[in-house]
Amino acid sequence: MARTPATSRRALLFGTAAVSAGALLTACTSNETKDQEPAADNAPVADDKPGKAVTIGFAGPQADHGWLNAINDNAKSRAKKYSDVTLEITEGSNDTAAQIGQIQTLINKKVDVLVILPADGKALTQVGLQAMRAGIPVINLDRVFASPQAYRCWIGGDNYGMGLNAGHYIGEQLKGKKNAKVVELAGLDNLELTQQRTKGFDDALKNYPNIRKVARQAADFTVESGQAKMAQLLQAQSNFDALWNHDDDQGVGALRAIDQAGRDDFLMVGGAGAKSAMDAIKAGNSVLKATVLYPPTMAASAIDLARALGQSKGVGGLAEFEIPSSLTLYSAVVTKDNVDQYLPTGFI
Amino acid sequence: MTQPATAAPKDAPTSAAKSAEENGSSRLTGLRWDVRTLSLLGVLAVLVAVGGITAPDEFLATSNLQLVLTQASVIGVVTVGMTFVITSGGIDLSVGAMVALASVWATTVATQDFGFAGILFTAVVVGVGCGLVNGLLIAYGRMVPFIATLAMLASARGLALQITDGSTQVVTVQSVLDLGGRDSYVLGIPPLVLIFAAVTVIGWLLLNRTTFGRRTVAVGGNAEAARLAGIDVRRQRLYLYLLSGLCCGIAAFMLIVLAGSGQNTNGNLYELDAIAAAIIGGTLLSGGRGTITGSVLGVLIFTTITNIFALNNLETAVQQIAKGAIIVAAVLVQRRSPHGDT
Repeated sequence: MARTPATSRRALLFGTAAVSAGALLTACTSNETKDQEPAADNAPVADDKPGKAVTIGFAGPQADHGWLNAINDNAKSRAKKYSDVTLEITEGSNDTAAQIGQIQTLINKKVDVLVILPADGKALTQVGLQAMRAGIPVINLDRVFASPQAYRCWIGGDNYGMGLNAGHYIGEQLKGKKNAKVVELAGLDNLELTQQRTKGFDDALKNYPNIRKVARQAADFTVESGQAKMAQLLQAQSNFDALWNHDDDQGVGALRAIDQAGRDDFLMVGGAGAKSAMDAIKAGNSVLKATVLYPPTMAASAIDLARALGQSKGVGGLAEFEIPSSLTLYSAVVTKDNVDQYLPTGFI
Repeated sequence: MTQPATAAPKDAPTSAAKSAEENGSSRLTGLRWDVRTLSLLGVLAVLVAVGGITAPDEFLATSNLQLVLTQASVIGVVTVGMTFVITSGGIDLSVGAMVALASVWATTVATQDFGFAGILFTAVVVGVGCGLVNGLLIAYGRMVPFIATLAMLASARGLALQITDGSTQVVTVQSVLDLGGRDSYVLGIPPLVLIFAAVTVIGWLLLNRTTFGRRTVAVGGNAEAARLAGIDVRRQRLYLYLLSGLCCGIAAFMLIVLAGSGQNTNGNLYELDAIAAAIIGGTLLSGGRGTITGSVLGVLIFTTITNIFALNNLETAVQQIAKGAIIVAAVLVQRRSPHGDT
């Protein structure tokens, strides 16, 4: 019996459907063995079981800061966990031209998926577009490209949310206190993320009419600047009730200045989630009572997303067949009550 | 702008003897020198008045004086070393990187095992070692100081990054940490400020009262004339970069005490701050004239500006604009003062 092209196309469609159903079914069986999987999960999701081999290219900036170092570590150790993932990681660079070159090399190597944490999101948009056009899907990590066409999926932290949660935490702690004063030690002021953090913080404080922000100074994420700016702030404000410091790395210096000035009349909230900060929160013997996360584990999640993308699967816990196009992570507040849970994610 | 540009080259070829005389026997030319210093003191007085008016309670407190001097101490020590190098007609762009490398090398877990002495020793030796490399390259390798120290800047920062792997090395040696605390103040003076004062006094004596100082000025004024006069110019240059490295090592230790940690980002842009302070102070960028007093006043002016801005809670953008304007104003005030221009 001779078949017309039309019917063969239909057969192809049915065939694909059958295969998909089969894949779906296998996914379902695999779920039965793992009882922690959500019951309503009927899309093929990427799980720990080895699947199609995926080569992931990873390009990030120079790890000259604790957080960025943790980004690289998270990506590497996550990739090592999967036997079907090969990670091609480039030497980090803060130079836009150098990073473009590295990404182009990864494109030429024809990796299956690219994970890119650009040194400067806007400046690397073109190379993101280039990769997408070459058929290599891009997972854009944290610093967002200027065009949504330059990435298949964006995953990153929530700077505004960081400020918001820090503000709410401080607001709740100072509830009922009349004329409470708050001080802010910001990060590098010429970065947009610093402005977003401050905006979130200010917006949250608006909910608490008893609190007034009396001072704000910007350090530059280094211990040295944190010490210097905090020493000045302490001199300028002889009494205040709470301090929000945007970054735990500069927080090491800020805590040093507070210690040197012999002050302990306020509570301090940090940012980002360094291990040293979490240790201090756990010990509970300093002014540091909480820190707002900007989780470097996002790099591990980016590897998960890249792997799922390479295997044409969705992610566990979501009903869709594909990975989302955008994921904003939550900035949890780490306090003494929950610090043990977060301590392993703290970066050095 | 054209006037100073033409004035400087005209000044440079004047004989080494003249430059040496001008600075070496400062007792004879004390009056001229004082006018320059007085104008800097004038700028500082204006700043103190502004600080006193805008934030009277906070600015005029003893604790604030301690704070300003402490904040000035680290970059101050670096600037003293830089002043020597610039006076000799050279430049050291690697000071920030040397501070970074010395501070991270001295705070590794292995070094911290040796306690206070281990940290101090490592910081100083690393600084001197970097200075030695700079000096050998410049004096005997005949490299231009700008290039040699630029290379040191890059590689020392790179090595610092490699040592730390980007992480912050927190100091756990209690005796080092205690040195930065209130309890170790001597008669109300923080130990770091005492170190700064000691380095300043030694630096002043070395530049103004010793053969070493006169040779430095002579080399900066006219290296060829100095060589003909029997000065070993190469060895002098080597010593000067060693001295700058030594100052960076001491500064690195002070920074460790201050910040309680070592980080590869330490000493960021110190080279610019130190050069700016030395130039504002009256040291000639083309060499042949140098003043430790001026450099220290330059550092104090910068630190006081930062302090006043912070006390008045001004934005970073405003701080930077005003800082630039004040640098220009300080230099112009010096120019206009009698005998301020040579």
